[in-house]
Amino acid sequence: MKTFARALCSAVSLVAITAAAPALAEPKAEVLHYWTSGGEAKAVQALQEAFVARGGKWVDAPVAGGGGDAQAAVLRARVLAGDPPAAVQIKGPNIQEWAEAGALGDLSAVAAAQDWDKVLPEAIQNIVKYEGKYVAVPVNVHRVDWIWANPEVLARVGAGVPTTWEEFNETADKLQAAGIIPLAHGGQPWQDATVFETVVLGIGGTDFYRKALVELDMDALASDTMVEVFDQMRKMRGYVDPDFPGRDWNLATAMVMRGEAAMQIMGDWAKGEFAAAGKVAGVDYICASTPSDNGYLLNSDSFAMFNVKGDDNEAGQELLAELILGTEFQETFNLFKGSIPARTDVARDNFDDCAIKSMTDMVSAAEGGTLLGSMAHEIAQSGAVRGAFIDVATAHFNSDMSSQDAVAQLVKAIELAQ
Amino acid sequence: MTRPHVKFIDRLARLLPQIVVAPGFAAILYFVYGFILWTGYISLTKSKMLPNYNLIGTRPYERLFQMDRWSVAIENLFIFGFLFVFVSVVVGCLLAVLLDQKIRAEGFIRTIYLYPMAISFIITGTAWKWIMNPSLGLEKVIRDWGWESFRFGWTVDNNLAIYALVMAAVWQASGFAMALFLSALRSVDQDIIKAASLDGASPWRIYLRIILPSMRPVFMSAMVILSHLAIKSFDLVVALTGGGPGYASTLPANFMYEMTFRRNEIAVGAASAMVMLATVAAIMVPYLYSELRGKKHV
Repeated sequence: MKTFARALCSAVSLVAITAAAPALAEPKAEVLHYWTSGGEAKAVQALQEAFVARGGKWVDAPVAGGGGDAQAAVLRARVLAGDPPAAVQIKGPNIQEWAEAGALGDLSAVAAAQDWDKVLPEAIQNIVKYEGKYVAVPVNVHRVDWIWANPEVLARVGAGVPTTWEEFNETADKLQAAGIIPLAHGGQPWQDATVFETVVLGIGGTDFYRKALVELDMDALASDTMVEVFDQMRKMRGYVDPDFPGRDWNLATAMVMRGEAAMQIMGDWAKGEFAAAGKVAGVDYICASTPSDNGYLLNSDSFAMFNVKGDDNEAGQELLAELILGTEFQETFNLFKGSIPARTDVARDNFDDCAIKSMTDMVSAAEGGTLLGSMAHEIAQSGAVRGAFIDVATAHFNSDMSSQDAVAQLVKAIELAQ
Repeated sequence: MTRPHVKFIDRLARLLPQIVVAPGFAAILYFVYGFILWTGYISLTKSKMLPNYNLIGTRPYERLFQMDRWSVAIENLFIFGFLFVFVSVVVGCLLAVLLDQKIRAEGFIRTIYLYPMAISFIITGTAWKWIMNPSLGLEKVIRDWGWESFRFGWTVDNNLAIYALVMAAVWQASGFAMALFLSALRSVDQDIIKAASLDGASPWRIYLRIILPSMRPVFMSAMVILSHLAIKSFDLVVALTGGGPGYASTLPANFMYEMTFRRNEIAVGAASAMVMLATVAAIMVPYLYSELRGKKHV
């Protein structure tokens, strides 16, 4: 009788403990990312501190390697082994691919509670949603189509920052005649692709960009407008110095800083270089969008939440998602990283002029339907299709291929890649 | 009672070599040949980001052979492979012959020529990239010395980038070829040479007609080792040209890496790996066949 009572007691208490367990789940998150240097590392640190302050346990899993190649290999191995990390830094269409493979969890609860549909532009929502449900949370927005110019160098030929592509060519011709390198460029495939897509946006317009680079409409890809784009790319090739192959992007930025070159076409991470060198926006350098009809090419990093088991893991993911898209973190992170918040309602007081311009332009582009994903930076396209664009753009830029041949090759490559 | 016992020990002793080698053999069988079969299987599926085991036939190969990037890579492999092996063998042979002339400090000079082999291809690639940079390297130095029209910027030239790779690779490997040939030269029968020089043959003719032909096996070994180095070349391309300008100096190993790990095209990457294997087999199988056939005669 005594033993029976004891057994009953322990059984009841056991049930009571396990029943109470979910309520005591400590949010835990293992975060896989490749932000391992400088401002990026500080930005991740800020997220970690906010997470821990809310009672969470953060397990850091950084994988060094700028473009994320090494991280992609680690992620693939872990998912195949059945042990995915809770949150992973992934971009653009890769999120869709992982969701299609059934590896991502569902963030609808947090999204509804925090009202994400209201504060995120539609273009960004499309990146982090799969079949209408949120599977990832966006962290920031980088603008790709910037011209970074040295005003003192431009003043030497009496020019300002060009606002149309005709003006760009005229200014570049004047600069060349004066012995100044018009365009500082680094000859790496992704940089060639960056210039290519700003030219597509500018020469073809936002509708053409959407048809050709986002929707892969074959008529648009084979059109005369595309031939014009490659004609302009051929002109751009004439505006760079002979040493450009293989040059890193930050060395090209340094050329503009030193006054050796007048302009660089690069995303807003170039701003970080100017800031690190103590240059002042508007005085030592000017930021302006590349000539286009209010287009805005965006590059955005997101954290995708993978299917993990365990209440503490799920609680950790929810907490992480809530924090990442919270106004406080959005401001802190983007001040460190040099990009702008993905949320449209963050206070602008602490951001510099170029960032404020970027935020204003993003809102107006979202309203006008001209907010587009960058192809070169894996938002509009990824994998084989993006590779096809890059191959043709870089092959054309580095050889004397004719524009017609380039268009023919582009059509063939895109067909092959799908 | 003792006889069965001895028999067992005997058998064990006889089989001992096989037993010792068995684990390594099994590992190689599984990890090398098993995975070659796996790669071959994957190259016939529609694997993109993750391996997918649904067969779709030879479409990955069709896509592979229609890609301009692949035809450039294969063409570069042949140019690079042939030039690298040929020039390394010639330079190595020349250095070995010169070193064989019983000179002073031979050990010291031999070590200097062999040093580049100790460096990784990444270092070689980076150093030669700086040397061939038009505004930092040799071209600038020579121009500053007065020869204004000197050009040596091979790494930034679409058509010459592959030859830049050849130059850096030859610099690295010719010392190794030299070491192989030197040891072979040293083991040539001195009596024949003495007889030939007594007959009035010039040193030149002795080398060409007697010594070098007798070194044929070493030539074959050197060519096989150098060919396998050429086909494996990946890190040299990454360090020296990054595959550029554009993709003018990319090699099949770089193509395979790009497809499989960067572009989420595992099937195409696997197909390119199988084609690389076929290329290697086309060289190795005849060589192995001739070697084994030769052994049988002995």
